[in-house]
Amino acid sequence: MPANTHLAHVSDVLLVWAVAAYAFAMLGYAAEFAFGRRSAALPNRLRGARLAGRVAVAVTVGGWLAHVGSVATRGFAAHRVPWGNMYEFSSMAALVAVTVYLVLLTRQPVRFLGAFVMAPVVLYLGLAGTVLYAKAGPLVPALNSYWIKIHVVAAITASGAFLVSGVVTVLYLLKDRWERRSMPSLGPGAAAAVEVGSPPTEAVPAEAISRNTRGLMPWLPPAETLDRLAYKVIAFAFPVWTFAVIAGAIWAEQAWSRYWGWDPKETWSFITWLAYAAYLHARATAGWRGRRAAVLSLVGVGCLLVDYYVVNTVITGLHSYAGVS
Amino acid sequence: MTDLASPELGDATRMSTAPAPPPRVASGGVWRRLRTAWRRLTSMRTALLLLALLALAAIPGTLLPQRGLNPVKVNEYIAAHPSLGPFLDKLSMFDVFAAPWFAAIYLLLFVSLIGCLVPRIRLHARALRRRPPAAPRNLERLATHDRWDADGAPAAIVRAAATELRRARWRTELREEPDGSVSVAAEKGYVRETGNLVFHVSLVVLLAGIALGGLFGYKGTVLVVEGQSFANVRSSYDIFEPSRLYSDTQLAPFSFTLRDFSASYEPGGEPRSFDAVVDYRSSPDAAPATHDVRVNHPLSASGANVYLIGHGYALRIEVRDPHGRLVYDRYTPFLPDDSMFASHGVVKVPDGLPKQLGLTGFFYPTFEATPFGPQSGYPAARNPVLALAAWNGDLGLDSGRSQSVYDLPVASLKHVANKQLSPGQSWRLPDGSRVTFAGVHQWATFQVAHDPGKKLVLFAAVFIVAGLLVSLRVRRRRFWLRASPAPDDAPSGRTVVRAAGLTRSDSGGFTDEFASLVRRIRTV
Repeated sequence: MPANTHLAHVSDVLLVWAVAAYAFAMLGYAAEFAFGRRSAALPNRLRGARLAGRVAVAVTVGGWLAHVGSVATRGFAAHRVPWGNMYEFSSMAALVAVTVYLVLLTRQPVRFLGAFVMAPVVLYLGLAGTVLYAKAGPLVPALNSYWIKIHVVAAITASGAFLVSGVVTVLYLLKDRWERRSMPSLGPGAAAAVEVGSPPTEAVPAEAISRNTRGLMPWLPPAETLDRLAYKVIAFAFPVWTFAVIAGAIWAEQAWSRYWGWDPKETWSFITWLAYAAYLHARATAGWRGRRAAVLSLVGVGCLLVDYYVVNTVITGLHSYAGVS
Repeated sequence: MTDLASPELGDATRMSTAPAPPPRVASGGVWRRLRTAWRRLTSMRTALLLLALLALAAIPGTLLPQRGLNPVKVNEYIAAHPSLGPFLDKLSMFDVFAAPWFAAIYLLLFVSLIGCLVPRIRLHARALRRRPPAAPRNLERLATHDRWDADGAPAAIVRAAATELRRARWRTELREEPDGSVSVAAEKGYVRETGNLVFHVSLVVLLAGIALGGLFGYKGTVLVVEGQSFANVRSSYDIFEPSRLYSDTQLAPFSFTLRDFSASYEPGGEPRSFDAVVDYRSSPDAAPATHDVRVNHPLSASGANVYLIGHGYALRIEVRDPHGRLVYDRYTPFLPDDSMFASHGVVKVPDGLPKQLGLTGFFYPTFEATPFGPQSGYPAARNPVLALAAWNGDLGLDSGRSQSVYDLPVASLKHVANKQLSPGQSWRLPDGSRVTFAGVHQWATFQVAHDPGKKLVLFAAVFIVAGLLVSLRVRRRRFWLRASPAPDDAPSGRTVVRAAGLTRSDSGGFTDEFASLVRRIRTV
């Protein structure tokens, strides 16, 4: 069946709207992050900044709706699941990342994450819409299996969540370094307790508060909170990724006569899996907890990006469905 | 495993069944040194190192060409890098995943894993039977704690709390303490470690399944032209790859005939679908059945799977001698050279003609003449044209040396003539013999694979995911409650109740669970 070009056009337009909304929301989050004050000391600035944050969330939800619409119309246009090539996969992964963020937002005070999630999502979608763009068309026969619904959905979900965990981990490392550097005499625990406008105590003298509330770092939650948040997201994504690899193996057994063949995509998925397995072990190993474990999880994100961009475009293998010309 | 043990709070806060870290310095006799080495090998730190090493070791397997995936590319690489290539080859860099050093890493990882698992299973089995540890002396030292006054005797309060805890499926243990206090210790979430152990044991089972397939499996490839048959015996295969402990008795006695192959394409020539309809018997006595073998839709016949892995054109070429006698009539497979299925093939006629005849041909399913020469404009046979070149001389078939059916040693032959033919057309050669392009058929290549470890691998994979989900979702937690008689100097004269909870630091939400537990206990 030929692709419906009108619907495909609607999908493209909706994606542009989604990207625009995300970019606008990013500015709102950034404004709240930069000018917001989490104390009662500066009520006027607080109100304006908080408004910016709220507007940003509303715009994100709007962008998310447009994004869902873009993905759905793409699927209807091509008469198939909307993740048949690299462009569509990127769009789905970004959608998952935004969804993970919005879900987190309903459960935890993580609005500060907005700018840091939106920035890579906008970049990701920009790259998808320009470099990776492929016209809506039918699937190649190798992808024509119900496993595309299972394997690829799991891979997209895990990828989106891993991306979010990577963002949180970077913030954790920055905040952790700041906590260590800014107040070596106070120790990381006391440093975390410092907030703008918080009353001076014996452990945290007023002078330390004024010295350490400059810059952006004080507005981030304590490093320990960020670390725990990153772990939570990975603890969700890792079993999903494991399932995606296994589902891929079952599919490979049907399509290519073997469940594992060390195809570059399989190998890099395995390497990514190992990196996150190492991260989970490191969290439980004395001397590896904290920063070193966090670095391992960033290695995991790096492997994921290699698995996705380098394997799809540079290394030739069986997963050559990028549709990039 | 995170271990919250603190010397101050004692055994009660030790929540992990992970073995204690190994001593740093090995001293004493050989036995002791060996024991230390073993404990070091089975430590988490070693596992971490080996995981990282395995990941690093896999990387060259994706950057360099691999024999298992593409042997032609390996040869090209070695030819292009005459000094580096053979050196890398000696290091097994073109067979990374079969290399001894790669095997060494994962075998060491599994030895470390098994060495870690066995004591942990024992410890966990013991932990499952053990009573929850007694409440620490000072409950207020724990991060999550609460304190209130209540009416009633300490024993009654604690009994009511224990009932409430058991209702929420906590394991409880009541203790009377020397100072007249009564306490209850409760624990929950043992299934976390169970999941963790199931996950790791399943990894070992998975490896066993992979080994089983690697030792006893087989796979082979065969090209079948429409109308032709295949029987599953070793000699029928074009390529056959047995495993180390394979024996011919493993070949399932099935056979099939390729009734029809059809391919459809997008307007631009991209493939849309392939169907290979086969009539098969899973054993010589079985009733015949029909199966449509497609990509993602293999034929399953008595333990072996038959996959469609390639296709192309087979051309019926007839050769008659100058007297009109038919000396050659076969469907000759042509191998595709590009995505539009421009193909090449060879016909060898050693007998029946005055001189041995060789034909080299290029086939264009949709012939198009361009300034750069003929080409195929579409993969389907819309305007099939066969361009032939005829050669005379000794084909070398009697020399005893093996020769590919797709190659003709043209260097030692004499070129006779060239001709383009459409289906049905004939071509008269100078010596009077006649070549006819009689028709176009298609062929399909099938891969037959048998992996006896496959089911075990799938079984293990299911438990890997299940174990992982449980071990990452559930958390182990402890709860203590102590009711003490009011101190003599207290004005209220009410019983003092203290509660504390403990969980692993990794997950939030415990504070809420603790608060709601306390609320329920207080309202009993």
